[in-house]
Amino acid sequence: MPRLPAPPLPKVLQPKPPRPGDEENGNVLSPVEAGITVVDWLDERTSLSPGLRWLLWRKVPRGINWAYTLGSATLFAFLSQAVTGVFLAMYYRPDPAGGAYESMRYINDDVFLGKFVHGMHKWGASVMVILIFLHMGRVFLYGAYKYPRELTWIIGVTLLILTLMMGFTGYLLPFDQKAYWASVVGVNINSGGPFIGPFLSDFLRAGPEFGATTLSRFYAIHMLLIPGAIIALIGLHLYLVTKLGITAPPWIKVDNGSEPDLVQRTEA
Amino acid sequence: MNQAEKETYLREYSILKNEGKPFFPYAVAKDSIMAAIVIFVIMFLSLMFGAELGPKADPTTTTYVPRPDWYFFFLFEVLRVMKNVPVFTPMATIGVPTICMILLFLLPFYDRSPERRIERRPVALSAAIFTIAAMAYLTYSGANTGSPNSVDMKPPANLTAAQKQTFTAGALVVGQSGCLACHVIGSNGNNGPGPPLTKIGSKLPPAAIASTLVNPTAPMPSFKSLAQQTPQKFQNLVGFLSLLQ
Ligand code: HEM
Repeated sequence: MPRLPAPPLPKVLQPKPPRPGDEENGNVLSPVEAGITVVDWLDERTSLSPGLRWLLWRKVPRGINWAYTLGSATLFAFLSQAVTGVFLAMYYRPDPAGGAYESMRYINDDVFLGKFVHGMHKWGASVMVILIFLHMGRVFLYGAYKYPRELTWIIGVTLLILTLMMGFTGYLLPFDQKAYWASVVGVNINSGGPFIGPFLSDFLRAGPEFGATTLSRFYAIHMLLIPGAIIALIGLHLYLVTKLGITAPPWIKVDNGSEPDLVQRTEA
Repeated sequence: MNQAEKETYLREYSILKNEGKPFFPYAVAKDSIMAAIVIFVIMFLSLMFGAELGPKADPTTTTYVPRPDWYFFFLFEVLRVMKNVPVFTPMATIGVPTICMILLFLLPFYDRSPERRIERRPVALSAAIFTIAAMAYLTYSGANTGSPNSVDMKPPANLTAAQKQTFTAGALVVGQSGCLACHVIGSNGNNGPGPPLTKIGSKLPPAAIASTLVNPTAPMPSFKSLAQQTPQKFQNLVGFLSLLQ
């Protein structure tokens, strides 16, 4: 029977070896075996398992603590935004003339759990912003942006800007007074920028004035353009994190006893 | 970091990494607990605070106060403060945030020391404390800027009694009409997208002020209906603005 490589589980979690007298399976394929067969079939065609092993069974240095979960917490908040966003998009109509506001009303008042999902999307945005700043703070305090992780940092800053842009473009969509006027002012501030400022504002507004197509443009940017870019960049960010390894906390020092050259260095 | 320092770092890191534990399941377990906390907090916030909708957007109303989400308060506050320095206006509103962004992007390139312990990086530590304090302060004061729907100004002492009356009455109309959403008058209102009106009376004669109010440049709304329906209010509005010297 094909076997997956055994994960380095702690003792308690390791499967116990079969004892004599346990019931035999006979010829029936147990669910585990069936699963393994399917995975094996996929692996024969895709060779995915070395990649997964590389991703999951790499080592993380000793001493890492809870502050290191902030990056994946940000990722999780983003996933939550993606899922709740898809549900909102099923009911939302980006039509300023008579649709956008009404469809948000409908979500809030009539759709089953609509207000709850809308609220999760709204507050999830704040949670993601807080987490991304905390993650950046951890990286800064631990000096984790230094050699060889400079590029990880740069991609991270881009992710920060894109996340804030999600907040900005999403704010208009409910199309209530607050949304509308904050966006008018925001776009106008943009137009004061050097070089690309005026062009950027015209692009956002879809013309020289805040008009009918502005809303659908914000919507397209908010739910297609920026999320696409964020997903691609998170992929790169995580590739680099895996490739370079997660930093050890800066106060953890190598034992003087261990002889560097005797340690195999293939992991890095 | 020079070449020797880089090599030392890589060598020490590979030892620490080898002494570590596998990502799955050890780190994954912590990450999952954290993920559960995150989703719990998001659901809790949604249940507690919901997602209220305000009144529907109406481009013709002029009484609305633009307010961004809380995490942009610091930016609005920077812009509000910067706009009071007219010379720098175009530079400052976008320039200051842009410079901060560039500084953030390039951090690994100007901070090149191999030291990673924060207590041995005094410059980095002070910069971090300063940044956090500045952001907290700006967010706080951005959240507490006076309501842009009222003008908090005393009439200047050198006015006649009648002028003082016009001043107070006109200030009320300004507040009600939402001018402060886009203009700054003294220490009231948002700076932008409209020009500051603090000294508008010395720049434009009353007739020009009145005609601008009736035929404004977009996105400013027209106050023609105010002039037709309640001419007294309109007169007070023009009177107040021309008294801003
Ligand atoms: C959508 C936003 C982001 C996601 C999903 C994300 C995700 C992650 C994850 C999962 C890690 C692994 C280690 C950890 O969790 O601490 C990581 C590491 C890292 N992140 Fe992010 N990150 C984001 C934004 C940022 C930002 C804004 C920065 C900095 C400006 C940044 C810089 C870094 C660096 C330098 C590392 C390597 C740290 C180390 O090896 O100790 N990331 N990121």
